Amino acid sequence: MTRKISIDPITRLEGHGKIEIFLNDDGSVHDTFFQIPELRGFERFVMGRPIEELPRIMTRICGVCPASHHMASAKAVDGCFGKEVPPLAHKLRDMYYHAHYIHSHIAHFYALAAPDFVCGPDADPAVRNILGVVAKVGLEIGGRVIKSRAQAQTIQLLLGGRTTHLVWCVPGGVTKGLTKEELEQIRPMVKDLFDFTQFSLALFKDVVLSNPGYVDLILNGPYTLDVQNMGLVDENNAPNFYDGHVRVVDFKGKEICKYAPENYADYIHEHVEPWSYLKFPYLRKRGWKGFVEGIDSSLYCATPLSRLNVADRMATPRAQEAYEEMFSILGEKPCRALMAAHWARLVEMVQNAEMLQRYCDDPEITGDRFRVVPKQITGEGVGIVEAMRGTLTHHYTCDKNGICTSANLIVGTTNNNAPIHMVTKKAAQYLIKPGQEPTEGILNMIEMAFRAFDPCYSCATHSLPGRMPLDVVIYKAGEFYRRFRRDGRSGSGPEPVGETTG
Amino acid sequence: MSFQPKIVGFLCNWCSYAGADLAGTSRIHYPPNVRVIRVMCSARIDPTFVLKALQEGADGVLICGCHPGDCHYTEGNYKAMRRFPLLKRMLASFGIEDARVRLEWVSASEGQRFADIVSEMTEKIRALGPSTIKAKLNTDRVER
Amino acid sequence: MGTHKLQIALYWGAACGGCDVAVLDTNEFILDVAAVADIRLWPIAVDGKFRDIEQLPDRELDIAFFNGAVRNSENEQIAKLLREKSKLMVAVGSCAHLGGIPGLANLTTKDRILSTVYLHNPSIEPGNQTLPLTEWKTPAGDVHIPLFYRRVYRLKDVVEVDYFLPGCPPAPDQVKAAILVLVSGNLPPKGSVVGASDRAVCDDCRREKKEKKIKRFYRPWEIIQDPTQCLMDQGILCAGSATRSGCGVRCPNTGQGCRGCYGPLPNVLDQGAKFLSALTSIIDSKDPREIEQILNGIPDFAAIAYRFGVPASLLERDVRL
Repeated sequence: MTRKISIDPITRLEGHGKIEIFLNDDGSVHDTFFQIPELRGFERFVMGRPIEELPRIMTRICGVCPASHHMASAKAVDGCFGKEVPPLAHKLRDMYYHAHYIHSHIAHFYALAAPDFVCGPDADPAVRNILGVVAKVGLEIGGRVIKSRAQAQTIQLLLGGRTTHLVWCVPGGVTKGLTKEELEQIRPMVKDLFDFTQFSLALFKDVVLSNPGYVDLILNGPYTLDVQNMGLVDENNAPNFYDGHVRVVDFKGKEICKYAPENYADYIHEHVEPWSYLKFPYLRKRGWKGFVEGIDSSLYCATPLSRLNVADRMATPRAQEAYEEMFSILGEKPCRALMAAHWARLVEMVQNAEMLQRYCDDPEITGDRFRVVPKQITGEGVGIVEAMRGTLTHHYTCDKNGICTSANLIVGTTNNNAPIHMVTKKAAQYLIKPGQEPTEGILNMIEMAFRAFDPCYSCATHSLPGRMPLDVVIYKAGEFYRRFRRDGRSGSGPEPVGETTG
Repeated sequence: MSFQPKIVGFLCNWCSYAGADLAGTSRIHYPPNVRVIRVMCSARIDPTFVLKALQEGADGVLICGCHPGDCHYTEGNYKAMRRFPLLKRMLASFGIEDARVRLEWVSASEGQRFADIVSEMTEKIRALGPSTIKAKLNTDRVER
Repeated sequence: MGTHKLQIALYWGAACGGCDVAVLDTNEFILDVAAVADIRLWPIAVDGKFRDIEQLPDRELDIAFFNGAVRNSENEQIAKLLREKSKLMVAVGSCAHLGGIPGLANLTTKDRILSTVYLHNPSIEPGNQTLPLTEWKTPAGDVHIPLFYRRVYRLKDVVEVDYFLPGCPPAPDQVKAAILVLVSGNLPPKGSVVGASDRAVCDDCRREKKEKKIKRFYRPWEIIQDPTQCLMDQGILCAGSATRSGCGVRCPNTGQGCRGCYGPLPNVLDQGAKFLSALTSIIDSKDPREIEQILNGIPDFAAIAYRFGVPASLLERDVRL
């Protein structure tokens, strides 16, 4: 007879999901399923739309990293128009994108990741949120976090006219440039943001690295996977979030492949399971082998950690220092400890801030040649960027009138679908001990497995009330067995609610 | 008993309504499937009316106005002339077949022409079958 | 002791998360909200689970904010659950209000969507002709996922909605204004749109508007638009004349035409029909052949007229709603 534990919905991520855990009679984990219950069908309903509308439609895939979709879509559309884009337009897009990264990474680290570390993975859920973080680190820091994210948002607004759901990129470039006045508003914010990246790294060392329990959790806990890594790199094999080649490296550091966006279809395929609406990408040349780890695995992660795993260096000097320090402390590169993604995110932010500084100092950035009228419709394009949580591919075809005839997307978090499913099971097997009822803290630590991947969203870093109601219902052979409930308002720990049968 | 299309007809007062009247007084036989709504001018037809008729279960919509150049209000039928083709393109995107919605110019002396239009439209829609819109939209009965 | 704290829930149907980010983009204001309200469910940010809501007495929640469209059985189920447990239900954003971008799926079919995504897709594993199923038996036990409906619905198609807060996403200052109104105790009439004006986008747009006589419509990339002149004057499509204002004219201010995300103006039955009338009224021709040729400059009109509101069109919604 099997017992089932449902974590529904999973929380502190963008999107819908649930985790089903099936237990054997002895209380050990038989199997787990990480199910995504949603589908909207963008790949189909954009067919028949004018191709230039797709960058405005595709942003609605995600309201938290809409600029990732906007940029990937714009680049695919660029391809459909013969790639006629002035260099200044690419610079402006890249500049925007760095600001977008900073806002998202700040939000994820402070609101989504920090609570589990600052308050503790099995802390009382009533305080295990940004409010609890602020209580521990102080209002001054909380205020600085809010202000920094707001600065990153303002930079995007000044550059591209909107934050969520950008309308800026068109065939031939972008619709507005950067004026000198706007640049002078941006410049001091960039300086503040760079300082904030250093502050965040220091905070991480203070809170996480100086805590042996956390270091042990990161390096020796269940959150590791022996699968490959994917990320976008420039010609020096440094990370480039907006453009470059896709590099895949195995977990021992050997390059498996490096491909130009146009060739993505030769390298990546997707597998479908009947129990989830989300597909499972894998390395085409190795074939689908199931949910297995190992040096021959066809599965790969695409996360900030993966991006740094596949890189040989960073693109900017202070980011390089942070990268070297990180890997020397982690002790291996590539690093397979998935929790290190939280650290990698902060290292990336340094490069984002340094790149913003470079653009501020670029005399051409306020130029006026940011858009041309394209002269030809060539009918096909592939745009690949690094979304904050993984390599994002948009591939379009259009007819001679520029009407979309097909769209194929491989979305950032989708790359991680199989790894998330597998590490969730590992975490459940490690944490749920036969003979012991899983506590609320245990269930949260199972959820921490997927949170390391920053599934696709940027939740602003604002206070949230510490009301975290929890209900775990345990079924035995399909019948109600036991319920643990923690009332959100009482803030007390989980306690059995005296309803048991048999 | 074969399917009887329900067609809503918007006829402008000065030309096409008079033309339809003439078909009647001339004893011309034609199918009874058009429910006539008299408006003063074809310009009065807000595209919303056409959509509303279809939403309420009409199998077809016919709009009739004066011939271009003969509009009682001089320019009204040109407004209809500009709206209608875009409306047809939009309806096609929603899966509404071409034969279901028509714009025709009918003068006060064209009783036979009116009858012929109605006959032809009725038979074309009879062949297409009932509009599926109303049934599709009933959110109680629809199978999700 | 102490004053009663408001009990609120924020939930998403077929959504992107942008409306939740809009709530958080109110910056310090959300702190004020947190001081007076308990958030019992908000999956993006708070660890509340469905069963916590299921156990509440009916109408225990003061306000439920629901964004996202109704695309599958879970969206409908949770909408109904929140309606049962809440005094007020607010549809937030274009998807809950009008169907939103996911509503474009109603111009195609469920079968075509599933086929494109899972079967006839160049990236699918060869031979893996598998579709997701609502129930699947595994050696460990049965697992379930929601039913993907044949069509996309608005929130009001499945539950009674008290207020609508439009936009894709709603502008943060409008979110703040709407929340203040809803907690003020001085509620507007049921069914009102809050957080938006009763004017059209054109009324708030600072571009210069002249008399329009259009011989040709341009795709947004065919010409470089003059940022000081009305886009429609230049033959570039902008649905601002048929769209509620409140967004800050953010798209025309960035050189792009409005696509109608704030929805129709008051008392309008069908937003797309209104835009159709407005657009065709500026065509400068009396010749049917020339008119057809001018209209060839507008491919795919339906998806501009109803970019955010296919499910809200008269052709897509129940007569009673």
